[in-house]
Amino acid sequence: MSLRRTPFYGKHIELKGKMVDFLGWSLPVQYEGIIAEVQKVRQSAGIFDVSHMGEILVEGKGALPFLQKIATNDISRLKAHGIMYSPVCYSSGGTVDDILIYCYNPEKYLLVVNASNAQKDLAWLKEHCSGIVTVRDISEDIAQIALQGPNSLEILLSLTDKSLAVLKYYTFVPEARVAGIKCLISRTGYTGEDGFEVYCQASEARELWGEIWSAGGEDGLGLAAAGLGARDILRLEAALPLYGHELTADITPLDAGLDRFVSFTKGINFIGRGALVKQKEEGTLKRLCGLEMLERGIAREGYSVRAQEEEVGWVSSGSYSPTLDKAVALAFLNPEHAPLGNQVQVVIRGREYNARVVKIPFYRREK
Amino acid sequence: MKWQVPDGVLFTRKHEWVRQEEGNTVAVGISDYAQDKLGSIVFVELPEIGRELKALEAMAVIESVKAVADTYSPVDGTVVEVNEEVLDQPELLNQDPYGAGWMVKIELKAGYVFSGLLNSQEYKDLLLQEEDGAE
Repeated sequence: MSLRRTPFYGKHIELKGKMVDFLGWSLPVQYEGIIAEVQKVRQSAGIFDVSHMGEILVEGKGALPFLQKIATNDISRLKAHGIMYSPVCYSSGGTVDDILIYCYNPEKYLLVVNASNAQKDLAWLKEHCSGIVTVRDISEDIAQIALQGPNSLEILLSLTDKSLAVLKYYTFVPEARVAGIKCLISRTGYTGEDGFEVYCQASEARELWGEIWSAGGEDGLGLAAAGLGARDILRLEAALPLYGHELTADITPLDAGLDRFVSFTKGINFIGRGALVKQKEEGTLKRLCGLEMLERGIAREGYSVRAQEEEVGWVSSGSYSPTLDKAVALAFLNPEHAPLGNQVQVVIRGREYNARVVKIPFYRREK
Repeated sequence: MKWQVPDGVLFTRKHEWVRQEEGNTVAVGISDYAQDKLGSIVFVELPEIGRELKALEAMAVIESVKAVADTYSPVDGTVVEVNEEVLDQPELLNQDPYGAGWMVKIELKAGYVFSGLLNSQEYKDLLLQEEDGAE
């Protein structure tokens, strides 16, 4: 089967991106090199094609009560043009997806969902919505660019009106113009840096990329194209969960330490609440922790974690971190092994390597 | 060709190179093509000195940011030296794969004759085939 292409495919080829099959999409895993791209995003700015993400519109009089039932977070706290991160759970408490919810008004929301889950989410939403809500997948028409890094504000400011400077984190402008192109701009991202996500019509996407690319090259703003490899490392350094790794149908938001995105007090019996209340009372059997390798070796996803020769958990994501210049990992551990500073062993190719539980995020930007 | 393929070096089909050193010893590393495909190399695990290896036996592990790759011994013999530098600076494999990025030196087993190795022209042909297949 041929791979799907985003509107930026031609740009990736021009920039000599190493294209890979990512969930059926042809996307660049890297351009010049993953480490250099990570450094660019931390030090200046990076532009990412994230058009594979899914966008779903939820509209109608019943939109808010519907989302309150679907999402674990308290969506009623969202004001117009506010954004909220929320897990979506099964009645078992396991996770369907983790999503961003953009509020236009209490009768119109935009859901941005993981590409890997878009079809599943759509089916889940349609299954649980009633007649006064419409659920519409608009992913095909939307292209998305993530512009991330300390210089991203300056780059965008040169292309749009100045009000962007005061746009707060986790808010958005629904109808901005970037070099004349109609866009939705949000101050969000998946890298642990300041930055923006810019959505536009797929038909205008190439022009948008071109404008941002030119602006980022001027005045030494140091914009680089960054691929999926850099994106994964940046989010790992910032300890942001990735569905399929830190969240799955068998992992609850509480297991993953996302308690603050689960509102037990919102007065709505959201899907999964019963199971999560029970888990909250009884305690979790596994807890997401940060690990830092104490010996040479890289913990990778799926490796088991031991202590006193007993299996006590597994690595959910792991890599070399260019920013910290050490190998780090996210791992689910039995709670008795989760305290900071606790020493455990990661099994790499049959041999145990010492690692220590450390605070997450591994990397936090200076504000 | 985009990748360096020096003369005077033999190659395996799995992209290791072998260079005859003094006496009965060979140096082994990975090719320029291999390092390019792996991307930024951040970790190298080498065999212990004294380990006996058979041709095509896994002898070392190379990890780039995203991938883990095994490296295979191109020959039968005994590990007599390892490049400690690459343990601290794995990026040497990217920067200078045929020079400072060498991995191990192996003393050939008595009477061992190279087999299944490619000369530089044959290796170039292999790379062209692999690239055709990839596109």
